[in-house]
Amino acid sequence: MKAQNITREIMTGNEAVATGVKLARVKFISAYPITPQTAIVEKLAEMVANNKINAKFIEVESEHSAMASTMTSEITGIRSFTASSSHGILYMHEMLHWVAGSRLPVLMAVVNRAIGPPWNIWADQTDSITQRDTGWMQVYCESNQEAMDSILLGYKVAENKNVMLPIMSMQDAFTLSHTSEPVIIRDESDAYDYIGDLNLPFSIDLKNPLGYGSLMPPDGPFMELKKDMRDSMYRALDVVKEETKKFNDKFNADFPGLIENFMMEDADYALITMGSMSSTGKYTVRKLREKGMKVGLIRILFYRPFPAEEILKSIRGLKGLGVLDRSITFGQRGAVYEDVVTSLYNKTDIPIKNYIIGLGGRDIRVKDYERMYEGLMEGGDSMEWINVGGK
Amino acid sequence: MVMTPTAYYPTTNIKTSSWRTSKPVIDYSKCTRCMICWKFCPDVAIDINENPDYEAPADRIKKMEAPFIDYDHCKGCGICANECPFDAIEMVREGENK
Amino acid sequence: MPTSIPKQELMMSGHAACAGCGAVLAMRYVLKALGEKTVVSVPASCWAVIPGNYPAEVLKVPMVYTPFAATGASISGIREGLDIEGKEDYNVVGFAGDGGTADIGLQALSAAMERGHNVFYIMYDNEAYMNTGIQRSGSTPFGAWTTTTPIGKDRTFKKEKKKVVADIMMAQGVPYVATASVAFPEDLIRKVKNAKEIKGPKFIQILSPCPPGWYHNSEDTIKVSRLAVETRVFPLYEYNQGQFSLYKTSKFVPVEEYLKIQGRFAHLKEDEIKEIQNFVNERWEFLLKKEGN
Repeated sequence: MKAQNITREIMTGNEAVATGVKLARVKFISAYPITPQTAIVEKLAEMVANNKINAKFIEVESEHSAMASTMTSEITGIRSFTASSSHGILYMHEMLHWVAGSRLPVLMAVVNRAIGPPWNIWADQTDSITQRDTGWMQVYCESNQEAMDSILLGYKVAENKNVMLPIMSMQDAFTLSHTSEPVIIRDESDAYDYIGDLNLPFSIDLKNPLGYGSLMPPDGPFMELKKDMRDSMYRALDVVKEETKKFNDKFNADFPGLIENFMMEDADYALITMGSMSSTGKYTVRKLREKGMKVGLIRILFYRPFPAEEILKSIRGLKGLGVLDRSITFGQRGAVYEDVVTSLYNKTDIPIKNYIIGLGGRDIRVKDYERMYEGLMEGGDSMEWINVGGK
Repeated sequence: MVMTPTAYYPTTNIKTSSWRTSKPVIDYSKCTRCMICWKFCPDVAIDINENPDYEAPADRIKKMEAPFIDYDHCKGCGICANECPFDAIEMVREGENK
Repeated sequence: MPTSIPKQELMMSGHAACAGCGAVLAMRYVLKALGEKTVVSVPASCWAVIPGNYPAEVLKVPMVYTPFAATGASISGIREGLDIEGKEDYNVVGFAGDGGTADIGLQALSAAMERGHNVFYIMYDNEAYMNTGIQRSGSTPFGAWTTTTPIGKDRTFKKEKKKVVADIMMAQGVPYVATASVAFPEDLIRKVKNAKEIKGPKFIQILSPCPPGWYHNSEDTIKVSRLAVETRVFPLYEYNQGQFSLYKTSKFVPVEEYLKIQGRFAHLKEDEIKEIQNFVNERWEFLLKKEGN
């Protein structure tokens, strides 16, 4: 491990993503603005204009076109990137399915913002949560450092020959995107050493002209293709573990991997969180520990593929477990809650509660966490909405 | 290696002859080798035969490239017969002898 | 006798298009003009299924299939990706139907043309959503029967005039805009080759008759396409970097000749046919004025 000069800069989450894109040697960027992602594409435009990054940058006319052009650029064998948020993610929903089904390792940065109506530009994970069916891998960042590192790591995982699925990297609106934190900027040549060039096995080749995504009848391998996607995403679990180790070794970093266990070794009660709200949770855990309460926190980074085994290991010995959903899906309980409960089916007797929290950017406070841990101690497996109704 | 929905099998291997109810028959004694039929065939089912040995309406035409129907792929649309300026192509109902 | 169009075939036989399909002729001629260094992008349309069932492929050049609205964006991405790899001499062609161009794809088309990518956008115009079974599009002409403009009790055939996307492209200032017809392949190929000289966005609208959708005999495809030009229903023009030229037909052929061989117009009464003749005459005057005659 050679001695490195550490470059640390104060930057917002959006700037961190743009810097990550530069380190990842992305060669094509398709841009469409939407608050609060706009600064990502503005920063990238500036970098391209000043020759800080060697890439083609185009401003398209809709998010659907942003994803379509990113996809076809990737098919020519070029590492490609786009970013969006909220309604933009919804607008490109059809293209998200098409990119994943085409097995193209595109990376998209998502700034998690609420879905209207009413218009709400603040932190809420519903936008990316509602895309969990598309075949895209998903990683939720807690800090601007992770926002940057997830770009390098994300491409590496996506481009793995046994995975070949696209990935989206999430950061919460304003809490990360517009808030400045010190971020270590990885060394450029180390980053290139780590990530290399894209080597797409089935890119456009005049010597071997193929049809990409044609018509397939029921007796064609449609189900086999979908099963291969599912199997590939399952393999991604191990790939994330391997890449996390390689990343941390290369950069002397401490990217947690699939999940992060915070004070879980002897915990009686734990909450499962995703994204920047975890920081407040960790603060609360420390505060409650000082009072002698044995609480802990499990932070999911990779939501797709779902880290079922890791969570199962972490919850051993708990008396109560709660899952936070900073998103809403109607007709059942929260999305993350459902995934946790399904993965633990028949494997645990621990009562699991669902907490809906922080929708539309509503602040998630220390006292909210205290309320949630209290709720776990009360027992049961109810669904509770935190901090609603003007309480 | 992962599975991808990429198509690779040339359609020339797929016969579309069963689609037709009539087939075009060229009368080479009337054909002037103008190649208008070849030009307008939507199914690329008329080949240019570089070594023809067919009856020609004049000696000077004998050595020219001639159109040749690819019956494996002709769908019997009738455009060639309809466009031929010399009435050299007749659409013959399948199953009937000429 | 040398053939009047290039001999090389970049489209194979054995595809699943209807007998007498105009859309495959359009593709066949466009590829003859462009040659092998070409990448084609096709949205949901007849052309997405013409190659047939997986794993069949019908072109000798790479073909990228995309969802319906994406053609303009798709060719933008292919172009930029190829350019980064130094493959600037590859032709990039979006090949979309009228539904995917005049309606759902108009936004992406207009933007791709405005961004100025060095791409071809070919609209093969069979004047309705044919792949889904003949529903009206913005490009369907006045008077046409379609399944969503049926005659019914109140004679509700399409009452709106055809939205001509080529005109919109000219108004937008696209450097090369042309209309073409599969009955005139030499002209079509010449236009594609002229367009190829320009490094920028190029748009060509090709009238491609559809035997099942227009209700004409399969052998009449070329005849119908020729009559469309001769009756001035579908004027052929070329707009090349500010120079507009209209192909002027030598004699006047009444629109009836064009309408009467297509079942989709069979319900029209005399006064409606007169109305169509008026529309045709008006548009002809408009185009003549544009040329400065």
